Amino acid sequence: MYVAAKGGEKAIENAHRLLAHERRGDPSVPELSLEQIMGQLRLAVDRVMCEGSLYDRELAALAIKQACGDLIEAIFLLRAFRATLLRFGASEPLDTGEMAVRRRISAAFKDLPGGQVLGPTFDYTHRLLDPTLQGAGASEPECAEPIGAMPRVTDILAAEGLIEPSPRTRPDDRVGDLTQDPLNFPADRDLRLQNLARGDEGFLLALGYSTQRGYGRTHPFAGEIRLGEVEVEFVPQELGFSVPLGEITVTECQMINQFRGSATEPPRFTRGYGLAFGHSERKSMAMALVDRALRARELGEEVKAPAQDEEFVLSHADNVQATGFVEHLKLPHHVDFQAELGLLRRLRSEFEQERAGASSLQEAAE
Amino acid sequence: MNAPVYNFAYLDEQTKRMIRRAILKAVAIPGYQVPFASREMPMPYGWGTGGVQVTASILGPDDVLKVIDQGSDDTTNAVSIRNFFIKTAGVRTTTSTGEATVIQTRHRIPEAALGEHQILVFQVPIPEPLRFLEPRETETRRMHALADYGLMHVKLYEDIARHGHIATTYAYPVKVDSRYVMDPSPTPKFDNPKMSNCAALQLFGAGREKRVYAIPPHTGVESLDFEDHPFERYRLDGTCAFCGANDSFLDEVITDDRGGRMFVCSDTDYCETRRSQSGAAETMAEASVPR
Repeated sequence: MYVAAKGGEKAIENAHRLLAHERRGDPSVPELSLEQIMGQLRLAVDRVMCEGSLYDRELAALAIKQACGDLIEAIFLLRAFRATLLRFGASEPLDTGEMAVRRRISAAFKDLPGGQVLGPTFDYTHRLLDPTLQGAGASEPECAEPIGAMPRVTDILAAEGLIEPSPRTRPDDRVGDLTQDPLNFPADRDLRLQNLARGDEGFLLALGYSTQRGYGRTHPFAGEIRLGEVEVEFVPQELGFSVPLGEITVTECQMINQFRGSATEPPRFTRGYGLAFGHSERKSMAMALVDRALRARELGEEVKAPAQDEEFVLSHADNVQATGFVEHLKLPHHVDFQAELGLLRRLRSEFEQERAGASSLQEAAE
Repeated sequence: MNAPVYNFAYLDEQTKRMIRRAILKAVAIPGYQVPFASREMPMPYGWGTGGVQVTASILGPDDVLKVIDQGSDDTTNAVSIRNFFIKTAGVRTTTSTGEATVIQTRHRIPEAALGEHQILVFQVPIPEPLRFLEPRETETRRMHALADYGLMHVKLYEDIARHGHIATTYAYPVKVDSRYVMDPSPTPKFDNPKMSNCAALQLFGAGREKRVYAIPPHTGVESLDFEDHPFERYRLDGTCAFCGANDSFLDEVITDDRGGRMFVCSDTDYCETRRSQSGAAETMAEASVPR
């Protein structure tokens, strides 16, 4: 029976024991190690790090294991841990032009300096289930080394003035952080990009897709997508110069979008930008589409589609917030519900009385 | 586990029949978008699933298949789709435009004129030419039914008012057989005139949007324009660095990060044919032009 006036504590304890039991699965099958998750489910690890906004492969793997593979739950675990960490400063901006590139493609040019480098990708695989992966197989030998730095397509276009310049960074400008300050509207682009970088891949994917289907069209070209390792640098106040903190893997997408110019500006391409931890191509592409759509106000475009609506997008992109609030409907709501029931009963009885009154009036009239 | 077995050209015969019926209807009503029950294909939506389904349903064992993307046989997606049909249908493939009986293409129409024995299959991302003026399908279907194309003409007129000319460079809308306004797929408008009175059957497949449409052989296709602003073809003002062609559509290739550029034919078969005819294949010009 669900009449749980008391005994909630015992019920919760039992539920959690059951969950632990189901998490482990069949005890005759070896338990998953974090190394296996990090090594063989690396794209899941990348997504959890990205939306969990914490770059730590081991903790992300632990979260995935603890969440039984539910990635939003894993993201939640990582976020909750991240919130407890001491914040000691902001890194220098990453220089993705200096990236040790493992994959780099441009859809805008047939060939370009550095070439088209496919790297590790699902692209052009035929999606036929591969029965040879069922059992233990031989591992493929490593066949590619990072290629090193190569020029960015947007820099090549910028040399000719064909694309808007990236906004200059001003050293004294503080980069916004929506984990430290509540998000206010209208939000500047730094906060928008942070929100999108943490945002749910599926939500951004659907929004980006909607812009391609006419709901806020931006005429995008994938100017460049690059994957590789970049150095993170930090300037400790007491030193006054930057020191390397380590290397992280990121995926960067620069969309090139149409813009026809105005009375004061010559026509040129505009930018949409996406950056994600790890190998997260779908995420960074969707992010770049949505970033460009959200620049509608700044570029004087009519705001009429969901993807262009900053408040709509930024308020709903976070899957930890979204899953929490959607799933909170599971919580007991019987106090409010009782109040609603009482009102509904009263309204219905008043409705019945009025109808009875009306029909007796009609009878009288007849 | 049961190892999956696939039919000739991947799709089962029932599905092929369903698609062929849609194609017949499309041929009967030139330029009209026929809905069809598009299948999940083993490549992602947007990568040619519509074209692949059309090709799979018309392909026979004697066909010779050519697949191009951006005009070229050796671009990654063309290679991938060609390999798919080699694997699943075992048909002969070619890079020669003249030799092919079925040519699947993304974004280009070959430079060489096509013949009656050939079918050109286009991969289409957004089949609806009115989509970017009106996102709702219910509305655009009504507009087609009533031949209510005023919105499109207003859009083209606004382009002229704002920029002095029509600012659409690819996916330039056409009217087929004086009735339906049709999206030619995102081919550069340079290719539009090739669609009119073409001897080959032209089929268009959009997998994600579940539509096929067609231009039967020898059908009139006009690019939308105004009397005082007639349609203009556009090509880069240059010659191919490999074959010297000054009439083909050109790709711009960046040769360094100091502004170096060169132009090459987008249609690789056209370029190679010209080079082998002139014997100039060995003397590839180094046409990098630093500024």
